[in-house]
Amino acid sequence: MTALAFQNRLFKVLKWALLATLAIGTVFPFYYMVVMSFVPIQDLLRDPLTFAPDLQQLTLDTYRRVVASEAEGGFGFSRFMRNSAIVAAGATALTMVLSVPASYALTRMKFSGGRQISAAFIAVYMFPQIIIAVPVFVGFQVLGLGTSLFGLTIAYIALTVPVCVHMLRSYLQGIPESIDEAAMIDGATRWQIMTKITVPLAMPTVLSTALYSFMIAWNEFLFALLFLSAKPDLWTVSLGLTRLADGQEVSRTILMAGSVLITVPIIFLYGVAERWLTEGLTAGAEKG
Amino acid sequence: MSTTQEPRKAAAPRRRLTLTQKRDNRSAWSMVGPLVAIVTLVILVPIAWTFVLSFQDARYSDVAQNGLFNPITLSNYTDVLTDSGFWNSLWITVIYTVATTFGSIALGYFAALSMRDKFRGRGVMRALFVLPYVAPVVATAYVWKTMLNPQYGIVNAVGTGFLGWDQGIDFLGLEPYALMTVIVYEIWRYFPFAFIFFAAALMGLSREVEEAALVDGATPWQKFIYVITPQMLPVIALLTLLRLVMTFNKFDDIYLLTGGAAGTEIAAVRVYDELTGSSDIGAASANAVLLAIILAVGLSVYMRFTRKADGS
Repeated sequence: MTALAFQNRLFKVLKWALLATLAIGTVFPFYYMVVMSFVPIQDLLRDPLTFAPDLQQLTLDTYRRVVASEAEGGFGFSRFMRNSAIVAAGATALTMVLSVPASYALTRMKFSGGRQISAAFIAVYMFPQIIIAVPVFVGFQVLGLGTSLFGLTIAYIALTVPVCVHMLRSYLQGIPESIDEAAMIDGATRWQIMTKITVPLAMPTVLSTALYSFMIAWNEFLFALLFLSAKPDLWTVSLGLTRLADGQEVSRTILMAGSVLITVPIIFLYGVAERWLTEGLTAGAEKG
Repeated sequence: MSTTQEPRKAAAPRRRLTLTQKRDNRSAWSMVGPLVAIVTLVILVPIAWTFVLSFQDARYSDVAQNGLFNPITLSNYTDVLTDSGFWNSLWITVIYTVATTFGSIALGYFAALSMRDKFRGRGVMRALFVLPYVAPVVATAYVWKTMLNPQYGIVNAVGTGFLGWDQGIDFLGLEPYALMTVIVYEIWRYFPFAFIFFAAALMGLSREVEEAALVDGATPWQKFIYVITPQMLPVIALLTLLRLVMTFNKFDDIYLLTGGAAGTEIAAVRVYDELTGSSDIGAASANAVLLAIILAVGLSVYMRFTRKADGS
């Protein structure tokens, strides 16, 4: 009994210690990011133990400069954000248009080649991104297939589609097929069943999948680096920020303000759809 | 990996198709077809192209002039396999992959267990825990670099100010520290992934067995070892597989934090350097193909191992 009481108490202490550590560990870097976007480097070098900005000197000037275009003496972040938004939204739309019907067919219908396609998808999911990157780089840089946002959008499909098909399939497997059969007796075609019945039923998962692929595309770095390095006009947020960091004259505050700006949209989207996202990602995980 | 499946189709016995099946076949292909086409275009064709390039001694100008048709050679493979740099990067990749997979799954598991019982603010805390995973890697990598900076970083300021360090440590530029630091960063970034999976799985767990164990006088430790963890094994196996694959292929985290310096040159960063730095397309391709093969072999060993463990 004493061992039990002791362990109960010990586990309780450990549990709260872990939760507190993790809460600080996950939040502090983001808090620090915001603080550092306001503290000038001279002040920081004088006192590295700065945990909050000097409220009297608080100004939005850094942010104004980060967002302003180069012509106005800024760093062009509004353009990076617009590029990223275009690419991420385009990749998401294409991914959904392609993977929703495919996931429906792969879970609901027996057709010749269906099993092989399912297996091939798992294999594709496992492939290193870098192995695709080599020919992508060669193709776009050497053969001049055109460095464009459209090209990047198409390449991002390679990253989003395998995950999205996986998420959608795990969820669709849980919707009873008897609904489809009933609709078929009433004379509905497969396309009608999918668009009128299955998609509305699976809406939360469809949305969370879309959101997830938007995040992948917004956060992506390697392909943007290989595709667009030579075209500052087309830089996405990730690429723009790293190019800024490589430049000598760019200050920490600018970098951190840029980091804050590219993180905020993601946190906003995630805040809107947190529950759907976690459910969609783990659909089917309980079954193992 | 995927191409080996095709010949088997012809051997399958032909069954007579009913009318619905025939109609299904057609509409199914209209649903799957576009996706298969685009996956072929953006994934399978590039992979095949890499494979071809890995047998050619090609520079940019050769590819620009001759396209796919350069002389065939095995020299890329012999060069890569006899280069100690390749084996070194492979070894670092393995350490990095195993350490972060284990660390992120363990941390995610303990976090999910700690959050099992309801408490005020649990929902908020759960949302906060997922931040490192959803935030852009570029932003989090730069804030880590700022925090770890030897001159003005907060970590070194705390270390020298309160923990009695003689001087700031260059966490991302010195040999043993750099690898440890990128491993810690990777665990930080991916423990939420494991956490989400475990939280969902624990929610689906029936409490009856645990209550029975409690009545029998099981301690929390015994409950953890003998009751909860065995039920979590399928999730642990799935997560291990996913994390091993994803981390083995990882590029951006280390590229952004150290650029592959100070003993952190993982395989993917090496391929990138070969591709852009020395512009040796053939070597980069051979390196990438070897990585994929090593990963495939590792995976099949892992699968066999877990399947055996499942069966016994």
